[in-house]
Amino acid sequence: MVTTEQVWEALAEIPDPEIPVISLVDLGVIRDVGIANGSVRVEFTPTFLGCPALEVMRDAMAERIRALGAEPDIVVRTDDSWSTDRITPQGREKLRESGFAPPAPRETSAPTLVQLQSNAFRCPYCGSTDTRLENIFGPTPCRSLRYCSNCRQPFEQFKTI
Amino acid sequence: MNESEAHSLLAIADDELILGWRDSEWTGIAPLLEEDVAFSSIAQNEIGHARALYELLARERGITADELAFDRSPEEYRCSRLVELRLLDWEKTVARQYLYEQADAKRLEQLMQSDDPELAGLAAKIDREEAYHRMHAQMWFERLKDEPRFTAALEELRPLLDADRDEHSPELSELWDEMTMVRRSQPAGTAW
Repeated sequence: MVTTEQVWEALAEIPDPEIPVISLVDLGVIRDVGIANGSVRVEFTPTFLGCPALEVMRDAMAERIRALGAEPDIVVRTDDSWSTDRITPQGREKLRESGFAPPAPRETSAPTLVQLQSNAFRCPYCGSTDTRLENIFGPTPCRSLRYCSNCRQPFEQFKTI
Repeated sequence: MNESEAHSLLAIADDELILGWRDSEWTGIAPLLEEDVAFSSIAQNEIGHARALYELLARERGITADELAFDRSPEEYRCSRLVELRLLDWEKTVARQYLYEQADAKRLEQLMQSDDPELAGLAAKIDREEAYHRMHAQMWFERLKDEPRFTAALEELRPLLDADRDEHSPELSELWDEMTMVRRSQPAGTAW
């Protein structure tokens, strides 16, 4: 019989479809794993509701669970209990190493334009905070575009959710 | 979820679906590359919100989200006239976005207070994402607020926000035909 540890290990091998340097477990989107009567129930939250990787992630998880000999039951949770604060410390470091600035901590209220336009965001390449907002939106809903005036490098900033 | 909540939820879902389609019309042709990216991303988010809301409503009715989203006739949509218009005009697009995001923020705030924890939770998640749409709208508002073409567009479009949601423009029917055509183009047995 499959154990929850085995399931977590298997899920930790699934890369995020859009940012493959980080796994679904490091991304913190897997909320709960439960086992009952040979079926494995996984609850997960999409980073953004319109994330096109939703189905890809669901299928990848189901496939890994079937490979462990159990029937998957993947449940999507669409509440506000996931935030980018749940990205693990290892996950944040992997993002930074790959040129994605990890998200700023979530505050009670949503971030403001003034905050985004401030230079409090650190360049993942040189560490300077002399960076500016280029676009609130980027190649995927979860990222913004910034430019580092110190090392003259554009980079992607993970949005705070 | 009570009946009045279900009614208002359908209106929001329809707004987000239709606005998502309209926003996506800028993909590839926006006046600035940044805005091409922004409107494509916003469109994707809006349609994601519509999907989550339709799923909640469809489950109660025992149908699928797709059936609820697309298998009604155009007259049955509950969206605002504001989102129906095909506005390939930059100042009007920005004006619509600004008006819409302001109104949307107010109703999301109400939904977040719902006694239904699932609905309140979904509204809170949607609001976290909409915060970025609001910043985008605010940024453009600051930039264009003294431009007469922009202020005229705001005045022209504002009444459409509160217009009767049972009345629709012919442009909604055209969009509905387009959505139906795209949907029927899906080969049998394939997933999107």
